[in-house]
Amino acid sequence: MENKNKYWKANLRLMLSLLAVWFVVSFVCGILIVDWLNQFHLFGYKLGFWFSQQGSIYVFVVLIFVYVWRMNKLDKAFDVHEED
Amino acid sequence: MSAQLLTYLFVGASFALYIGIAIWSRSASTSEFYVAGSHVSPVANGAATAADWMSAASFLSMAGIIAFEGADGARYLMGWTGGYVLLALLLAPYLRKFSKFTVPDFVGDRYYSHTARLVAVVCVMFISFTYVAGQMRGVGVVFSRFLEVDINVGVIIGMGIVFLYAVWGGMRGITYTQVAQYCVLIFSYLVPAIWISIILTGNPLPMLGLGSEMNDGTGQYLLDRLDGMTTELGMTAFTDGSKSTIDMFCITAALMAGTAGLPHVIVRFFTVPKVRDARISAGYALIFIALLYTTAPAVAAFARINIINTVEGISYTVAPEWFHKWEDSGLVAWLDKNHDGKVQYRGGAAMSPAAPNFTGARGEQGQRTVSNAPTDNENELYIDRDIIVLAHPEIAKLPNWVIALVAAGGLAAALSTAAGLLLVISTAVSHDLLKKTLMPHITDKQELLFARIAAAVAVGVAGLVGIYPPGFVAQVVAFAFGLAAASFFPVILLGIFSTRMNKEAAIAGMLAGLVFTAAYISWFKFIDPAASTPAHWWFGISPEGIGALGMLLNFAVSFVVMRITPPPPQEVVDIVEHIRVPRA
Repeated sequence: MENKNKYWKANLRLMLSLLAVWFVVSFVCGILIVDWLNQFHLFGYKLGFWFSQQGSIYVFVVLIFVYVWRMNKLDKAFDVHEED
Repeated sequence: MSAQLLTYLFVGASFALYIGIAIWSRSASTSEFYVAGSHVSPVANGAATAADWMSAASFLSMAGIIAFEGADGARYLMGWTGGYVLLALLLAPYLRKFSKFTVPDFVGDRYYSHTARLVAVVCVMFISFTYVAGQMRGVGVVFSRFLEVDINVGVIIGMGIVFLYAVWGGMRGITYTQVAQYCVLIFSYLVPAIWISIILTGNPLPMLGLGSEMNDGTGQYLLDRLDGMTTELGMTAFTDGSKSTIDMFCITAALMAGTAGLPHVIVRFFTVPKVRDARISAGYALIFIALLYTTAPAVAAFARINIINTVEGISYTVAPEWFHKWEDSGLVAWLDKNHDGKVQYRGGAAMSPAAPNFTGARGEQGQRTVSNAPTDNENELYIDRDIIVLAHPEIAKLPNWVIALVAAGGLAAALSTAAGLLLVISTAVSHDLLKKTLMPHITDKQELLFARIAAAVAVGVAGLVGIYPPGFVAQVVAFAFGLAAASFFPVILLGIFSTRMNKEAAIAGMLAGLVFTAAYISWFKFIDPAASTPAHWWFGISPEGIGALGMLLNFAVSFVVMRITPPPPQEVVDIVEHIRVPRA
């Protein structure tokens, strides 16, 4: 039980930190401060425009794979992983 | 070969492939029919999820919306991909561990209540039928434009194909057909995009081409060129938005939560063998989806440049062939306000109302005349946004086989989504309504038969809606996402992350979210559409984005009600503890 609680807490910590990144790249960079970011450029992109139409999507993909990788490690560490 | 002959060839070949897969993958039990026996590999499930998810709206409409709205189009790009992060981190692994067949299954068991299950069934049916109507219509439109058959004949052919593999093959048939359909749709989306990217920028990757310099020796960035062109013509610059920040925020949030709460997407994660597979499968799904979504803004910008370059200031009589063809289809209209015989493309709507009502007569230049009143701006051109993806290969003068390919891709996108939705509808009837509520004693064989009958009836109804589309189909799409965000998402989320969450809170929360969201949308869409302006909206939030507020309301009501009502029984707390760990 103790073990399960620790596993769950570690899971929540990982999840919340990834969701923080998710929120920053989409809602903050892509919407809230998009006009301010647009004064900077990334190649031919205005930076805010890039975040809202390209960058946020790339980060979303990376977030899921980081989650998968860290969770699989967590499962093993707490010995709750599935048998093959 | 002509574009039409090639289209017959490509569409025929892809349909033969889908039917072959259907025959090969017949379902023999309810478990195979509902969740493909949970034997689908994570990569295959990722591709199937991507095809399931990307509908006629993603394939045909999205790039067109971005082409004309520019920066505002980001709400769809972020909303329809960001939802997968929520799905992967918050829902998919736990629902897989729960290991049942449907979303109402989870709601019914977790909240130990038939009422909750029935509320969920009603939501599933409403969301799915709303969605499927648009798909069938999309099939009809592609058929009528490219194969020159009647729209209704197109819908019936589409129904026949879906009937074959959904009713016969169930989830097993649908899954493997969707994998094939994903390949067809992504190939047909990327080929013209890559081609045009090379022509305009010399960069073969459209996502990078969009940020590159023009290929014409000027050294000017493509987006700067487009911003310049649009501003010069009195339009909003492509990289500027015109929606308010709060509205963009709420719409994006509603689309994300709605995506994560859509039953036909969630159910796909029941088809993989393990919790681990559900996690990685969401990652594969998002890669497959991102391939199209990061290309769409490039397609949009390229198309906008090409349209302006090929029609602005040109005499109507020498306008390119695509212009006349789409005018014949009624999706392009030209109102020669200054009688100079030239197409003048500017900002603002050319006519009022914005969509043309053709009179049936031809004007002095041979153009189709309209009965709409001219507006007092200089714009003379109406272009339907939905034609961009279908027309941009023609606009860029690509060969006929590319045009035929796009038609096959559009059909794949519409059919794959329709099949996934129809399966969810049939499962809700045979499993949740009959087996779990009304007729608990039927055998697996009988349940399977009912599932097939329900799927067949659902195909028929979807086809009818496609043939006689109720005028409000376009408006109710906001409904589907708003309702999924305001009902399912909070209830499933709290069901996993709170052991205190009980039946009273779930039902109260779902009803509050649903009634609020539905009332707000109905008011501005049906009862008083004239008042649907930012000045009248609550906090400036449009009906499209109100699901975000409905979701907050659902959470708030749930928190209050669960504090003042008895906690859930111990066996339900045990279920929650059980789904939180992969092996237990």
